Amino acid sequence: MTDTTTTPPEIGGIGHSVKRVEDARLIEGQGNFLDDISLPGMLHMALVRSPVAHARINGIDSDAAMAVDGVLAVVTGELMAAHNLAWMPTLSGDTQAVLATDKVRYQGQEVAAVIATDPYAAADGAELVDVDYEMLDAITTPQQSLAEGAELIRDEKEGQTDNLAYTWETGDEAATEAAFASADRVVSLTTHYPRSHPSPLETCGIVADVNSVTGQATIYMTSQAPHAHRTLFALVAGLPEQNIRIISPDIGGGFGNKVPIYPGYVVATAASLLIGQPVKWVETRTGNLISTGFGRDYYMTGELALTNEGRIQAMRVDMLSDQGAFYSDAQPTRYRAGLFHVCTGSYDFPHAHIKCRGAFTNKAPGGVAYRCSFRITEASYLIERLMQTAADELGIDPAELRLRNFIQPEQFPYETATGFVYDSGDYPTALRKALDAAGYEELRAEQAAAREEGRLVGIGIAHFTEAVGAGPAHTYDIAGLKMIDSAELRVHPTGKAILKLGVKTQGQGHETTFAQIVAEETGIPATDIKVIHGDTDDTPYGLGTYASRSTPVGGAATAMVARKIADKARHIAAHLLEAAPEDIERSADKFHVAGSPDQSVTIQDAAFAAYTNLPEGMEYGLEDVTYYNPPNLTFPYGSYVVVVDVDPDTGVWKVRRMVALDDCGVRINPMIVEGQIHGGLTEGFAMSSMQWITFDDDGNCIGSNFMDYLIPTAWETPRFELLETVTPSPHHPIGAKGIGESATVGSPAAFVNAVIDAVAHLGVRNIDMPVLPDRVWEAIDSAGG
Amino acid sequence: MLPARFDYVAASSVEEAIAAKAEGGDEARILAGGQSLLPMMKLRFATPSKLVDINRIAGLDAIRSHNGHLHVGALVRHADIAASGAVSGAVASAAPWIADPLVRNLGTMCGSVAHCDPEGDWNSVLLATGAEVVAQGPSGRRTIDIGDFVQDFFTNSLAEDEMVVALHIPVPSGRSGGSYQKLERKVGDYATVGVATHLELADDGTISAAGVAMTSVAPINRKATDAEALLVGNAPSAELFAEAGEAAAAAADPRDDVRGSARWKRRVVAAFTQRALAAAAEQAQS
Ligand SMILES: Cc1cc2nc3c(=O)[nH]c(=O)nc-3n(C[C@H](O)[C@H](O)[C@H](O)COP(=O)(O)OP(=O)(O)OC[C@H]3O[C@@H](n4cnc5c(N)ncnc54)[C@H](O)[C@@H]3O)c2cc1C
Repeated sequence: MTDTTTTPPEIGGIGHSVKRVEDARLIEGQGNFLDDISLPGMLHMALVRSPVAHARINGIDSDAAMAVDGVLAVVTGELMAAHNLAWMPTLSGDTQAVLATDKVRYQGQEVAAVIATDPYAAADGAELVDVDYEMLDAITTPQQSLAEGAELIRDEKEGQTDNLAYTWETGDEAATEAAFASADRVVSLTTHYPRSHPSPLETCGIVADVNSVTGQATIYMTSQAPHAHRTLFALVAGLPEQNIRIISPDIGGGFGNKVPIYPGYVVATAASLLIGQPVKWVETRTGNLISTGFGRDYYMTGELALTNEGRIQAMRVDMLSDQGAFYSDAQPTRYRAGLFHVCTGSYDFPHAHIKCRGAFTNKAPGGVAYRCSFRITEASYLIERLMQTAADELGIDPAELRLRNFIQPEQFPYETATGFVYDSGDYPTALRKALDAAGYEELRAEQAAAREEGRLVGIGIAHFTEAVGAGPAHTYDIAGLKMIDSAELRVHPTGKAILKLGVKTQGQGHETTFAQIVAEETGIPATDIKVIHGDTDDTPYGLGTYASRSTPVGGAATAMVARKIADKARHIAAHLLEAAPEDIERSADKFHVAGSPDQSVTIQDAAFAAYTNLPEGMEYGLEDVTYYNPPNLTFPYGSYVVVVDVDPDTGVWKVRRMVALDDCGVRINPMIVEGQIHGGLTEGFAMSSMQWITFDDDGNCIGSNFMDYLIPTAWETPRFELLETVTPSPHHPIGAKGIGESATVGSPAAFVNAVIDAVAHLGVRNIDMPVLPDRVWEAIDSAGG
Repeated sequence: MLPARFDYVAASSVEEAIAAKAEGGDEARILAGGQSLLPMMKLRFATPSKLVDINRIAGLDAIRSHNGHLHVGALVRHADIAASGAVSGAVASAAPWIADPLVRNLGTMCGSVAHCDPEGDWNSVLLATGAEVVAQGPSGRRTIDIGDFVQDFFTNSLAEDEMVVALHIPVPSGRSGGSYQKLERKVGDYATVGVATHLELADDGTISAAGVAMTSVAPINRKATDAEALLVGNAPSAELFAEAGEAAAAAADPRDDVRGSARWKRRVVAAFTQRALAAAAEQAQS
């Protein structure tokens, strides 16, 4: 860790590894999670989910359920339809069933809800709701779904005659084709980025409390985006927005899973509205895994046109996504496949053409950005796997191939072939530093020697570039809402402050780092600043926390509002010091007259004066609010190197080393940054080695609990060796780029490339994730190894 | 956890437990560590009418050596076995591979054996070592060979009014060794493939007794009898163990599933049998 602090530890501004202030209450069991909330008269809801993937509903019999002691109501799609709430809009302009009326379209789909006086009665009732299903064939892959004659999944959707969810393309097709036609070499890779699940340890839930007299709807909800959800509730349910208060309490992990609005939220709110009592719904683990927003599920074919020397000329991509039954990606509206077109990666070449299609299948909808900025994980995986393929095909060392193609430091700001303008970077330095730390040359020598002895050693590289911090209002919106964010800073007379945010932490440490930004900009000690977030009645508007946008957007808003406060304080200081405001300078903890440092006042003096002794004409108080519209995205990057040993007898592979260099610009709290990287690398390791949500031919989800959907423990997770470079973002007020997702985005390709590198000499070019030992063994076996 | 309704009895003696269970009929279940039963109740795959909790019965938590056998009581947890100085061979080798530390603190060896989950590790170890199950009913105790006790997929040979009170695992007086090799996707995962081995050596160094049994590659934990027959009477060698590995692979009957293909699992059985035999021989020879 490099020391880049400008404030003393007592102030704890940027660069201090301050301990997370939120941890004490969470560790000591004093947090307040959704399931901790209990209101007087609160009822409990259980969902009835479809046991089958595709079937027509011929009838629902709730008599037996209603006979259970404590059951008060069974809500069906028919009842929801009477209130015009059987369907709801998705974040991608599609509609999604709240409770199924006509058909069920995936296993786990919500069919009815049982409201009861206690959760056991609700669960007993749910088991007894008798649904008459008429079975239909299940379609479980997008290839089947788009085949001639496939059954229409979305038969309710006007104008829909096939199972195509969307098409989208970008880039210059003609120039790309021309480059391919004249290329020395063309390299191609077809791979599937499997369906995964964000799996926050806390599942989704709600306590909806609609006051039957005032109409006030107080909604406690596991939400990564409380303000956006308030507006969507207003638009969908027709409730007046001032009467909706969304409170997102402590959240036990989000990872994108808590961005969408789920049917359970809508039904519980409707039930509270109809019954006039609070209604709680807490999802089961299985419910979470089989019905809520999944990640990935992209089938990708990527091609590179190269010169014989390995210079890339162009890239061509054909992508087919499995959307499940409803198209509900969380995505910036105009790009149908999110930011997937950032797939040109860290490389300098002029042409690219990206073609995307999405298909409906009988699987859960979602397509959330699982710890990633709208499909950047898939993009980064594709280009970095392609670089490995190209290296193997052309016989060029994979590190060397990257160095030959990198965007050079002096080319920034750099416009990519698909129109992103990368803000800053020094890729060659980053890769070389990571390679040196790993001892790359020696590893290659060892690998060659090991092969002689029949041992398999692989060295995998990934150099990723992310595009995060959505985003500029001219380009990015979700459901029409511009992706700006806000911060409000109130400094009290004693110099203590509260900072209110539009973004919402789910474990990232906002309560610590955002206070550090204010400390840096104002000199108020971070420990004197309370950060408030998650309650829409008490915080300024914002689009929420996902896509690594908190620091790039909310963090920028915080820096800007703190600067406004510091500026007002400077004027007050001038008044107190009887000097001209232009002559006042600010050091880490004082305002002083230029040239005479002992003539000074503190920010606390200025804060007191703001309520007691002001210059003439100045408004009382020391508070302000800023809405920040970022001029561009930010582009964190990193170089990862993984070393694996592969057992040729069983295909089992073990990570021997993992060197991860991240450049996320300025690090506000280096310890928290490293924590985010550790978590992200662990998730990347999980996806590459063991995780997938898969289905049998009938559409039954295999992976509906944590015995089948695997979360790695400390035991199998490799040790990580972290490195850094710091290249500030030139357009961000404090030069920070965001770090929450880099490691999840960048690391899967590094792990997979390492395994491929171990067996590439046998002719193996691809093994799809998860790289299970049987797949490795089969690949070796069929390559004749 | 929202299971279906059930009655609950905390027994204070084996007699009381047996009586309470008999009263409840075939819908009543013994509750030991709860590490298999409670997850199934949570998912409502199991809906017992009554749970007979044996955790408060005194005297069931001992591990003792007696008459050339290790006696393991019904409340001995996996963690007790892992920490015990009295265990050796395949038993000692398998203990740290059962589940994860939390489950090991509660789950019992007897409960696991009674459960007869083909993915459970202990029954392979008991088959390889030739252990016996001690059952108690209203008319007293009887001893059942582990091969007869494990009847089928989740089915043991206990009568409705019997419970397991102990396991008797032979501890050979001569030179012997054993090992358990397990492939799991992560800690706490059931075996994708597991192989238990047990070898005893005669004075001339040849193999006088051999046990090989497999986990997760057949409808129940399965003994590889052909492999065992190959081994007995021969001197330990890499070639012999490779041959035994092939025999075990042939005896396995794995399925294709999310953990991997059947073809590949057979290869893992061969490799693991070979490695587990080598480890057992090394122990016996040292
Ligand atoms: C996350 C997790 C991971 C696991 N991983 C593994 C693994 O890797 N390998 C492995 O082998 N096991 C694994 N298990 C299962 C674990 O070993 C259990 O402890 C064991 O299967 C059952 O023992 P128990 O004492 O918990 O029995 P319980 O769950 O209490 O009972 C299981 C069954 O046996 C019956 N029973 C219990 N005791 C007796 C008795 N004395 N007499 C008659 N019947 C009895 C019960 O009625 C019930 O039907 C795992 C469990 C979990 C939750």
